[in-house]
Amino acid sequence: MLDISALLEEIKQRPYTDLSICTPHTGYLEFGAFNEGDKVKDASGEFKEIPGSKLAIITRENNPRFIYATQKGIIQKLHKQYDKNFVEAGVEIGILRHFLSKTEVIHILLQKALFLFSAPERAKYYFAPEIDKKIKISGSRSITVTDGMELFIVSRMKREVPLTYHGPEGIIYEVYFKHNQNIDANMPLIGICPPDQLQNIEDVISRVNHEWKEQ
Amino acid sequence: MELAKKTKQLTDRLNYIREIFGGKHQEDIMLLESRLEEFKNNTSTNFEEALTSLEDLFSFIEKKLEEKLTPMDKVRIVRHPQRICLKDILENVYDNYTEIGGQDEHTNDPAVLIARAYITRRHGRKTYNQSVMVIGHEKGHGEEFRNGGSAKPWGNAKALHYMHVAETEGIPVHSYIFTPGGDPVEEYPGAAQQIAKNIYEMAGLSVPVISMISEGGSGGAEAFGLADKRLMLSHGYYSVISPEGAAAIEGRLKRGERSSPELIEQCAKNLHLTAQDNLAFGYIDKIIQEPLLGARPYHYDFFRTLRQEIIRATDEVILSVYGLSLRKIGKLRRLQDPETNLDETYIRWHIRRSKRSDLIENRQNKFLRMSKKSYVNRQNLLGALTETWSEQWREVYNRLVYDFYHKQRKNYKNFLEEIEADWLAFKEKSSKPFKNAYNKVRRIDPAAQEELTTLSKWDDADGRNSNWKWISPRAKEDRAITCTNSAIHGCVDLWAPDLYNEFAGVCTNCGHHFPMEYQWFMYNCFDENSIYEFNNEWEAGNPLNFPTLDERLEEARKKTNLRSSCITYEARIDDMKCVVAILAAPFRGGSVGAAEGAKLISAIDRARRKRYPLIIYSHGTAGIRIQEGTHGVIQMPRVTIAIRRYLRAGGLYLVLYDTNSFGGPVASFLGCAHYQFAMRSSNIGFAGPGVIKNTTGIDVPPDHHNCYKALSRGHIQGVWDRRDTRTNLKQALLTMGGRNLYYR
Repeated sequence: MLDISALLEEIKQRPYTDLSICTPHTGYLEFGAFNEGDKVKDASGEFKEIPGSKLAIITRENNPRFIYATQKGIIQKLHKQYDKNFVEAGVEIGILRHFLSKTEVIHILLQKALFLFSAPERAKYYFAPEIDKKIKISGSRSITVTDGMELFIVSRMKREVPLTYHGPEGIIYEVYFKHNQNIDANMPLIGICPPDQLQNIEDVISRVNHEWKEQ
Repeated sequence: MELAKKTKQLTDRLNYIREIFGGKHQEDIMLLESRLEEFKNNTSTNFEEALTSLEDLFSFIEKKLEEKLTPMDKVRIVRHPQRICLKDILENVYDNYTEIGGQDEHTNDPAVLIARAYITRRHGRKTYNQSVMVIGHEKGHGEEFRNGGSAKPWGNAKALHYMHVAETEGIPVHSYIFTPGGDPVEEYPGAAQQIAKNIYEMAGLSVPVISMISEGGSGGAEAFGLADKRLMLSHGYYSVISPEGAAAIEGRLKRGERSSPELIEQCAKNLHLTAQDNLAFGYIDKIIQEPLLGARPYHYDFFRTLRQEIIRATDEVILSVYGLSLRKIGKLRRLQDPETNLDETYIRWHIRRSKRSDLIENRQNKFLRMSKKSYVNRQNLLGALTETWSEQWREVYNRLVYDFYHKQRKNYKNFLEEIEADWLAFKEKSSKPFKNAYNKVRRIDPAAQEELTTLSKWDDADGRNSNWKWISPRAKEDRAITCTNSAIHGCVDLWAPDLYNEFAGVCTNCGHHFPMEYQWFMYNCFDENSIYEFNNEWEAGNPLNFPTLDERLEEARKKTNLRSSCITYEARIDDMKCVVAILAAPFRGGSVGAAEGAKLISAIDRARRKRYPLIIYSHGTAGIRIQEGTHGVIQMPRVTIAIRRYLRAGGLYLVLYDTNSFGGPVASFLGCAHYQFAMRSSNIGFAGPGVIKNTTGIDVPPDHHNCYKALSRGHIQGVWDRRDTRTNLKQALLTMGGRNLYYR
């Protein structure tokens, strides 16, 4: 059985991910105005149309190209030895430390703690009518699913077929699809939580929501 | 009770003065404030005397301030919530009305109000109810749902529908313009597309159209403004852009930054947007004098004046259609007498079917005569004389060749074809038994057999094999270029000499079209040495003496070697002759002003006279040149009228968009074309993303104006690959066409 509290403690010990900043191709590299320890922004705007902070310029065949920050965070390391030098493709030129947000922590915890039932093909998915009715009245966490249960209706073009759930018994903790939305194959549809772990998971999520300080 | 009412009225007057002057004339305002406060605290019984004295003071100050009104103050007057609006006019100018096409918020666009109304006139003992279709923008009486008088495309479509209803019923249209501009939404039918349609249709409406402008904001105003008589309120404005918008452009502000009040005030002055300016330019016919500091709903005398002017304008349009007669001269004289009470005269508001084309022609000629002196013509006298002579000769030639010779030859040819078809049918039938017998014994030609039974080879229709005649100077640069879509499609970098030469600016991986120079289209899509440029002496001017525009134009001329953003020429595609106009983006963003409008009209007229197809290639246009003010915006109806005349004369008009095309040109003469195409990766729309954000507060996705979006909503008919432009143009010329063309 997964010890979710221990998992949270583990994340707390290392509340960030280190992202390697690599060169997309060969070229003459020049670092931007940032130094180690500086904060950088990721892409912004409603449509992520405004690129993140400019970390470096790589010029190949008189074609200057910016290397942007893909996540917000702090520049942990810059390999200054490459500055104003020729670099090969795929060379790490720095490390960006991205501090995890509440949503990301909860996502990591749930990914590990829940059993994810995925879509077998690209289609629209609906809950079976009687289950849908119960969800609308009492919420998804009131539903206990068992192996072999007819849980979904798969709708593609004018074809509608039932889909049976295969996996461990448990309650539906998370629903990852929306009404009338196409879901790609292998994307998670629902996250199932074993009944004995429900209380534990809820406590940990509540702790994250209250205690996690975003940087 | 009376005291409270009067005090409230004076407080409203004071607030109005304070708001329309935006912090100016504080001494006068403070004086009024203190006197009003004294009056409120006055406990003496003789309040009537005090009230009269205070009202006199208000009138005195208002008169004094009226003389100091600046253009920006007038802009604030028309935007003020106390300003009269269309419903006030319907209540006070017309004797009865019924709102149609929806009511209040229960309509597809509450910013557009339509009503069937009538004006009652008495002549002798007879009473006449003269029906009209009233169409206009409504800002008030439900401000929360009126969208500030900015009509949505479907609102403009509704207005056009009811203009056609008026045409069916044979009643005049009275249009009232109270709009800061059209709402820049691109959903079907599309802001630009619908305005273009409105202008195009209004140019041919066979009933009198009278328009009255209070707030005439650019394209939104033009959707209702193409009229036989254009009246304007003395405190109104009619402009290509709002002063704030002009200030943002002039101050080169970035998104979210605000211009200083001084710059806005200066821009309002430089744009020459007042009624007096527009009357001097000849873009309106008459100014209707408003009360001091602008008309408000309680100025009942003003509504009487407005009623008289609206009746006078309608009567004048009706009379102008019929020839001069003694009776008509008498009626005209009576109309022009300001003392005449037009409610007690009668002129029937009906135009005979036979005279409707005269009405349309008068309206079109009136617009085509406008803004003739707003650009610089460097053509010498000899050149001008030669051109006039050549035009006259062309008219005679056309009559002889096309109207007489070709007509007769066509009849003769048709006759011969019919005879030949009959003879062939007879020959076929009679020789069939002999042919069958011969086919049984003859040997099959091996070459013909091979051609029919093996796969055909690639046929390079142009025979160019990607060897372009004109190559971009950028092809000489030794550098690589990154495709815009490299992050999405993983396109590899392209070497500039390949990209700008052989690839014609097209990414080999994703097909993204990099912007190319207008010369690429000009020299690679037409037959070699077939280009004959005309009117290249016509030069963009500075009709409003807009500060620094002369220097900027000079700079553009030096940079581009062009005199305006419009290039007009005759050319051939596989020996098919056509007239082409280009809006070149490098010259002031391809913006359209008086010179460009005049060149376009001349090119359209040339295509009509010579019976050639017309192609307008929008290499890129940012819209109407704002520094030319209404001299620019008036080109929207003018060029559209010329296009309408050309199409009605049986011409073929094609539009091809490239790079970015926005604003007035798309909302008029480009958008009204029946056949519009776009190069891949081009953007087409009414307003750019920045303007949409500023006016509506909505962030639009980066692909909002993409040509495929325009294709999906039916604005354009196809998206072309740049390398196939010549082939596609040829195909279009062969498959689409007007009835009166002689180019094939």
